[in-house]
Amino acid sequence: MTAAKSQAVIRPGPGPSRPYHFPAFERVRMDNGMELVCAPVHKVPLVSVNVLVDAGATADPAGHEGVAHLTAQLLLEGTATMDGATLAERMERLGATVDAQADWDGAVVSMTVLSANLRPALDLLRDMLRAPAFAEREVARLKAERLAELLQLRSDPGALADEQFSRFLYRGESRYARLEGGDEASITSIARADIQGFYEARYRPAGMQVIVAGDVSVADAHEQVQRVFGDWRGERAVRVEADDRAANNSRVLRVVTKADAPQSELRIGHVGVPRAHPDYFPLVVMNAVLGGLFSSRINLNLREAHGYTYGAHSAFEWRRQAGPFVVSTAVQTDVTADAAREAIGEIARMREGLIEPGELSLAVDYLDGVFPIRYETTAAICAALSTLVRYELPADYFDTYRRRIREVTAEDVLRVAREHLHPESLLMVAVGDAAAIRGPLDALRFGPMTTHDAEGRDVAR
Amino acid sequence: MQIPIETYRLPNGLFVTLSEDHTAPIVAVNLWYHVGSANERAGRTGFAHLFEHMLFQGSEDVGANEHFELIQRAGGTLNGSTWLDRTNYFETVPSNQCELVLWLEANRMGKLLPAMTQQKLDTQRDVVKNERRWSVDNQPYGTCWERLQALCFPPEHPFHHSLIGSMEDLSAASLQDIAQFFATYYTPDNAVLSIAGDFDPAQVRRWVDQHFGPIPRGAGRPPLDNTALPARFGEWKRETVPDDVALPRLFLAFRSPVFGSDAYYAASVCGAVLGLRKGSVLHRTLVRERQVAAEAQAFTFDLTKGCDLLVLDVVARQGVDGDRLHDEVAQVVDHVHRTGVTPADVARASALIEMDFTGAVQSAGERADRLSMFATYFGDPALVNAQVERYRAVTVDAVNAFIREYLGPDNRASLMYVPREDTGEAEPVAAAAEAGR
Repeated sequence: MTAAKSQAVIRPGPGPSRPYHFPAFERVRMDNGMELVCAPVHKVPLVSVNVLVDAGATADPAGHEGVAHLTAQLLLEGTATMDGATLAERMERLGATVDAQADWDGAVVSMTVLSANLRPALDLLRDMLRAPAFAEREVARLKAERLAELLQLRSDPGALADEQFSRFLYRGESRYARLEGGDEASITSIARADIQGFYEARYRPAGMQVIVAGDVSVADAHEQVQRVFGDWRGERAVRVEADDRAANNSRVLRVVTKADAPQSELRIGHVGVPRAHPDYFPLVVMNAVLGGLFSSRINLNLREAHGYTYGAHSAFEWRRQAGPFVVSTAVQTDVTADAAREAIGEIARMREGLIEPGELSLAVDYLDGVFPIRYETTAAICAALSTLVRYELPADYFDTYRRRIREVTAEDVLRVAREHLHPESLLMVAVGDAAAIRGPLDALRFGPMTTHDAEGRDVAR
Repeated sequence: MQIPIETYRLPNGLFVTLSEDHTAPIVAVNLWYHVGSANERAGRTGFAHLFEHMLFQGSEDVGANEHFELIQRAGGTLNGSTWLDRTNYFETVPSNQCELVLWLEANRMGKLLPAMTQQKLDTQRDVVKNERRWSVDNQPYGTCWERLQALCFPPEHPFHHSLIGSMEDLSAASLQDIAQFFATYYTPDNAVLSIAGDFDPAQVRRWVDQHFGPIPRGAGRPPLDNTALPARFGEWKRETVPDDVALPRLFLAFRSPVFGSDAYYAASVCGAVLGLRKGSVLHRTLVRERQVAAEAQAFTFDLTKGCDLLVLDVVARQGVDGDRLHDEVAQVVDHVHRTGVTPADVARASALIEMDFTGAVQSAGERADRLSMFATYFGDPALVNAQVERYRAVTVDAVNAFIREYLGPDNRASLMYVPREDTGEAEPVAAAAEAGR
């Protein structure tokens, strides 16, 4: 009845579309090897600044995983002339939101501030980056806070599933197999000297980028960045690459025990591709159809057709080397195996034939249309430019993004599905009530199954 | 920064607010219905939220899940959310797709029921039960919201019961409940429609008239049960929850003045002084100096009826047990209660609040949501433009007056989570044995 009526009703179509251009930006190379990337946007009196440093988790020294993360966080905890409390107080009195984090591919110090306060806020940012204190007491405190975070992670089934998936996905010696922020063993081993050493080796002005977006002119931004960083000298650090090879080339099933869990956290996938891969655009469209959108095959199947879950999605995690491709969902314990079978079936089905024209147009129209909505804030523009710079994307990347999405065909999607989805070498991690889910999962005949505790230790047999 | 605002009412009672901004070809549409979990009848906890899910299951001229598909196909983002006293639905789309969104929202406001089936209800019931398992039952501290409400509001109070609801009550919900709830609350005179961004106001008014105009007015919203409460708890309530968590975590709640009142702004600034970012009193004292907490923050519920709640949320560091954490937090609060806070504390908090507000309203969706909020609660969306001034007007004396009146031991409720092992149950051993079979 509903369908018949909906044929008869004329739905409003789109009006003429108004053009949108990603904010124009300029790149200015400074004579100490730093680069300024500035996008003046004058809608609100705010400026966002990202400083990108080639000091990500991939560069962690073996055995000391977590140094990159601690080093970045410690920038907020005191300088040669200010203790951490004073630094926080001064930044916050300016209304500045400031953060420092390391992800796989770099450290990012980010700040958003009223444009009227940009000058004093940059003075503080200079001290943070150029004269961090790394006080013993703060090092010890942040290590303890990281250990607390790890304890929390072990009791959070979703976070635990993410961790165990990466751990079993990559080879044991790969940096990608261990937590970005370090684990109990590596964090405990880190001393102040390791942090100081990492800082001196990697926080070098040559190769750093300062991204500025918001209510400021290029000339003014240049003058201010020159003022705070212009006389900083230091050679570029040597780039470190992660080993992104998979641990297994065949299907493996790892069950991680969480007694009486009402749900199972499922992760199913394999090693994906690097961010700079030429198939990026067709892969983004392919993933949108498979599990990237609410109306994707995986979500409509697991959530809307079966009611197994509150949500299911798939994603390629984009890094400099190949990050994971993974389907993630949390499903009711008694349908764990059924949900896994459906998700695996959807991955395989992507390779079996052309997607429907309606599926292609949904993905393409969404990705094309949503583009301007992604860049409403200075912080979002700053983050987008950071991605462009970090992955060395072409200068016209944002201007051609929508065209390149629209150029993707159903044939392209099938080709990249066949090339980059590997149903024969999937890793499945299920965190849940092992006693209840092992039997049904085994009956899927997915592949060899092992059982582990929350630290990943083998507890079966 | 002032947001331009136009408001009017349709003859059927729909309150409309428009806010133009042509900097990007984007428009946000936002609908608030003045109904939430507080309006649920006994035995139907979780129904308002389940109903929100059903609003994505189609209407007379829209198929199941088609709402999502049509918006995403238009290049838009969308969702809905349910709170104690309101439910909202929102979309942000390229501005040339504005009419589609208005049509979709009007279609489900006017003609939801023909699309409702038992099968859709059963599926969404399963989805919501899985939402509960995921966000509440299988999540460390996941029960904190429902436990806080249960602890802070007396059993007969509309804010007492769980928003996501119990499994039993979700199972009991019927199509008849759907029809009744829809007829009672999903009416134009119980809704606010806000549109923010790039649109032509004359054209948008025509579309609103055309699509929403024919929807009949409702019979009037039944009043909530009495929400009035004493300003303070009158005691120090305490509850300890042994749970499957790794670290003790304390939620310390205070009854506080309702959202919108002058004293609310003092309470909100007090919350920021105590728990907003690294320069806050809790972070400075418990995380940095005493090193007993791994994280500390504060928030308000922003309730407009009965009373609001100001809540401190502190996670222990490893090796600090629940009792110790409770003592340490209490000492800080006692100290603040005795000595008050400083002008520098208030200046820091106000600067951050103003900055966060300016940052948030860059987004059309955030602007539209705030317009709907002030229109729903106070009948005046222009209050959005008074927020920065109201925060600036908060003096250190006002914050300290709030502190003296509300942070004392006669107005506290402690909800403490502790690791279950503390109680002597040996679950991890059982788990390992189970897995070894």
